[in-house]
Amino acid sequence: MAKLKKIYLGIIIVFLYAPILVLIAQSFNASRYRGQWTGFTLQWYEKLFTSEDIIEAFLNTLTIGLTAAFFATLLGLITALAIRNFSKKSQLVFRGLANVPLLNADIVTGISLMLLFLGLGLRLGYDTILMAHVVINLPYAMLCILPQVMGLDHVCYEAALDLGATPFQAFRKVILPELRPGIAAAFLLSFAMSADDFIVTYFTKGAGIDTLTTAIYAQLKLGIHPEMYALSTLFFLGVIAFVALLMVNWRLLKRRQGKEWV
Amino acid sequence: MHDSKSVARLFAAPFTVWAVLFIVLPLFFVLYHGLTDGEGAFTLANLWEAVQMEYLRALGLSVELALVSTVICLVLAYPLCMILQEIKRGRMVLIFLLFLLPLWMNSLLTTMAWQTILEKNGIINMVLHALALPEVTLINTPLAIVIGMVYNFLPYMVLPLYVSLSHIDKSIIEAAHDLGAGRWQTFRRIVFPLSLPGVISGCTMVFIPALTTFVISALLGGNKILLIGNIIEQEFTAAYDWQLGSALSMILMVFIILNIVVEAFSERNAKEQEVDS
Repeated sequence: MAKLKKIYLGIIIVFLYAPILVLIAQSFNASRYRGQWTGFTLQWYEKLFTSEDIIEAFLNTLTIGLTAAFFATLLGLITALAIRNFSKKSQLVFRGLANVPLLNADIVTGISLMLLFLGLGLRLGYDTILMAHVVINLPYAMLCILPQVMGLDHVCYEAALDLGATPFQAFRKVILPELRPGIAAAFLLSFAMSADDFIVTYFTKGAGIDTLTTAIYAQLKLGIHPEMYALSTLFFLGVIAFVALLMVNWRLLKRRQGKEWV
Repeated sequence: MHDSKSVARLFAAPFTVWAVLFIVLPLFFVLYHGLTDGEGAFTLANLWEAVQMEYLRALGLSVELALVSTVICLVLAYPLCMILQEIKRGRMVLIFLLFLLPLWMNSLLTTMAWQTILEKNGIINMVLHALALPEVTLINTPLAIVIGMVYNFLPYMVLPLYVSLSHIDKSIIEAAHDLGAGRWQTFRRIVFPLSLPGVISGCTMVFIPALTTFVISALLGGNKILLIGNIIEQEFTAAYDWQLGSALSMILMVFIILNIVVEAFSERNAKEQEVDS
C-alpha cells in the first residue's frame, strides 16, 4: 500500500513537471522551433539581455505588478479595518462585493472592465492595465488581511490610547506590527496574481503595450521567441533559490528556538 | 472606542467608491451592451442571437469539457490529498513546495509545452515510436483540451480539498474503526461526507475557469474546437460585435451565479452542521 501511494505521488509529480522540463530543455535548444532538437546552446540566454521587446514587457510586468500590489494591499487594509466595525449584515454585503472579481470568470471581468474604460472615454494602455490589476488583486489582498484584522485584540490599542498615544500612533505602533504578516502575504499574493494574469490584461491593454504574458500570447501564432524560454527558466530557478533560502532560514530559526527552550 | 462607527464609515468610503466604479458599473456596461442595439435602444435581439444553434453547440461543448475536467481533477486530487494527510510534519513542507512550485511557471508557456508533448511528432509519440507502438492523435482533440484544463486547474481542487480533509477530527475516524467499520465504509460514511464542503468548493473553483477559458482551447484545440470563451474573445477582438459578445457573456454570468449559489448553500450547510455538533 505504501508503495502504491509513492507511485501515485510520483505520477502526479511527473504530470506537473513534464511541461516545465520541456520548457527548460527548449531554452537550451539551438533550433528556433519547438519539437526539433538541433543541439545545445546558451545563445538565447545571451540574446535575452539585448532583446528590447522582452525587457520592456518584463519591466511592464514588474512595475504594474508592484504598483497594483501596493494599491490593492492598501485598499484591502483600509477596507478590512472598516469591515471589522460593521454589523454582521453589512459585513456580508461588503465581503460578497469584494469577492465578485474572484468568483467571476476572468474573461467576463476583462471584458466588463474594457467596456467600462472605453465607455468612460479612457484610452486603453498602461493605466487601464494597472487599474484592472488592482481590481483583480483586491479580493486576494482581503483574503490575506481580513482574517488577521478580525482577530485583532482591541485591548492593546485601547491601552495605548489610555497611556497617551494618539490614535495614529497607537495604530502605527500596536495594530500595524500585528498585521505585518497578513500585509506581506497580501502584497506577495497580489504581485504573483498580477504577474501571472493574462486574460484581464489582454482585454484592458490596448495596442502598443505588452506585459510578459500578452507578449507570449502574441508570439504564439508565429512561434515563441526562445528568449522567453530562457527568461522563464531563469525565473523558475530564481523561485527555487528563494524558496530554498527561505527553508534554510526557517530551519535555522527553528533550531535556535529549540535551543532557547532547552 | 467611542468613535469607531464614524471611523468605520470613513474607512469604508474608498472601497464603496471603488466597488461601485470597478465592480458594479462594469457589469452594468455588459448588461447595457447585451440589451441594446448599436443606437442604444433596448432590444432582446442580441440575446436571441446568442442562443442560436451555433453558439449553443459551443456552450454545450464547453460545459461538457469543463464537467469532464472537473471530475478528473476531483478523482486525481482526492487520493492525492488523502496521501498528503498522512505525511509526517518534517517532510510536509518539502512535499508541499514540490506541488506548489509548478504554479510559478507561466501558464501560457506550460500549456504550450503540452503542445510539444502531445503533438504528432511530439514527445508521447516519440516514446511510442521508440517502443514500436502505434502513434496516437492527441493534439487538436477535446482530450488535449481536457489535459490542458486538468493541468492548469488541478491546484484549485487540491487546495480546498486538502484544507477540508485536514479539518476532519481524526478521533471520529478512529471511533468508526473501533465500532467495526471497514476502510471503505469509513470513507463512504464518515470521511467523504465531512469533506463535502471542500469537494464542492474545489469543483466550483475548477468549473468556472474551465468553462470560460479561451487560451487552452486555442493552444491545444488548434482553433478547430471552439469553446464559448473563444467565441466571446473573437467577438471583442476580431468581429467587434460588442452586443453579441456581451449577450454571450451574460449567458456565462448565469452559470457563474448558479455556481456562487451552490457554493453559498454548501457553506451555510457546513456552518449549520458545525453549530449542531
